[in-house]
Amino acid sequence: MRKLLKQGWRPILVLILLFIIWELSVIVFEIQKWLLPAPSEIFKIGVAEWPNYYGHVLATSKLIIIGFIIGSSIGIIVAVALHLVKFLRLSMYPLIILSQNIPIIILAPLLVVWFGFGMFPKILVITLVCFFPIAISLLGGFQQTDRDLMHYMKMAGANKKQIFWKLEWPSALPYLFSGLKISATYSVMGAVISEWLGASKGLGVYMTLASSSFRPDRVFVAIFIIVAISLLFFLFIMWLEKVVIRWHSSEKRDSNETS
Amino acid sequence: MKHLNVQNISQSFGENHVLDDINFSIEEGEFVSILGPSGSGKSTLFRIIGGISEPTSGDILLKNKSIKGKPGSISYTPQSPSLFPWRSILDNVLLGQEIVGKKDRKKALQMIERAGLGSYEHAYPYELSGGMKQRASFIRSILSPQSLILLDEPFSALDEFTRTDMQKWLLSMWAEHRRSILFVTHNIEEAIFLSDRVIILSQRPATVLKEFNISFSRPREEELLLSEEFIELKKEIYQEMRLSHA
Repeated sequence: MRKLLKQGWRPILVLILLFIIWELSVIVFEIQKWLLPAPSEIFKIGVAEWPNYYGHVLATSKLIIIGFIIGSSIGIIVAVALHLVKFLRLSMYPLIILSQNIPIIILAPLLVVWFGFGMFPKILVITLVCFFPIAISLLGGFQQTDRDLMHYMKMAGANKKQIFWKLEWPSALPYLFSGLKISATYSVMGAVISEWLGASKGLGVYMTLASSSFRPDRVFVAIFIIVAISLLFFLFIMWLEKVVIRWHSSEKRDSNETS
Repeated sequence: MKHLNVQNISQSFGENHVLDDINFSIEEGEFVSILGPSGSGKSTLFRIIGGISEPTSGDILLKNKSIKGKPGSISYTPQSPSLFPWRSILDNVLLGQEIVGKKDRKKALQMIERAGLGSYEHAYPYELSGGMKQRASFIRSILSPQSLILLDEPFSALDEFTRTDMQKWLLSMWAEHRRSILFVTHNIEEAIFLSDRVIILSQRPATVLKEFNISFSRPREEELLLSEEFIELKKEIYQEMRLSHA
């Protein structure tokens, strides 16, 4: 945490500066509240209406977590399957890239038509945006396996299963985590988008309502909450990486101190 | 009975003729070095002995049984220490046993202690120096259940003094455990100092040029390196290799 502050004070300073400029501009140019509210205004609304937000935040968080877990599990399964089965890799890899060219915004309403307003189409949207960075990153990790170590394993008579669990999987873990970090932020976006389609609760629903009733202050509150959730989620994955990959983080720590 | 018997091994990749009718053998408990110029196909030979490549012709016998195309029949110490960065030193030296059989933690801890790596058993490889890593890598080989150890230029990346220390350490370990060792190097001095026998390989396509019996008494000390007989032998081997190089 101290390290975070040590490295993070510059962007925080810039952020504060931006808020000050925003606040002053609203005052100086006398901008209407329904066009662009001042940060102080947004903050006030946020605090005053927190009890209203609470339920939405909870609903969205739940959706994010479930979607992320399912999405990343599928990402891991896809990567492992494609890595272990050459035929699958050759036939499926281009299709996986293709899957990312589908505009989610267009696809999402269709999913609702097909599967209704329940949890399933929402999870599907999150999974679709989540699995890709993980699958690609992990698959790249498997292919980066150290040749010398692989040579040793083969000379030592290791079978395919041993090579995978003792060498390929642990050596690809750092790649898995870079995928997880990207997916963590994507899953937040995915959750909000999926809620636009129709849900009874959630920040996405709240945003659409606020926006259509010309309450930009509420929209902004929702935006800030979403940003905060993304950031927290990202930091959590970073922390998890540190706990799991001890042999790497210590090397990084050393090089950070010297630079 | 020979421990290892390399019989008429030839290997070519299309037009590229790498190994040409290689024959040699290792007695039980013997220390044999293969000396050859870089690019002479030593690593190809190792892949064949290790069972991960099949030769074009010929056979490899371990205690009279063919191990051609059967990985895991010999214990291997690679050129780079090849320790697994996510494993502690203890788990690293146990890896060879883990792959083919049962783990013996107690013996592993003893060996780590004896190798001067005590207190490092729970450290990760990045915390160790080059020489220490190489020692850990060799302990992994000795702990592996296979009886023959293959060492692939293990000291080539070390500085001169560390290298001499490591050679002496290797000899003491060998004296203690009496395993048969096949050692590959391109350093003439190292080959003579360590071995009972030195096998000279030619340029590509590699074949056995000559064998030298090294009869210096053991245990050998550093002074040997400067003795007249040693230097005489070194000269002889050098000329032999030079001749084939031209």
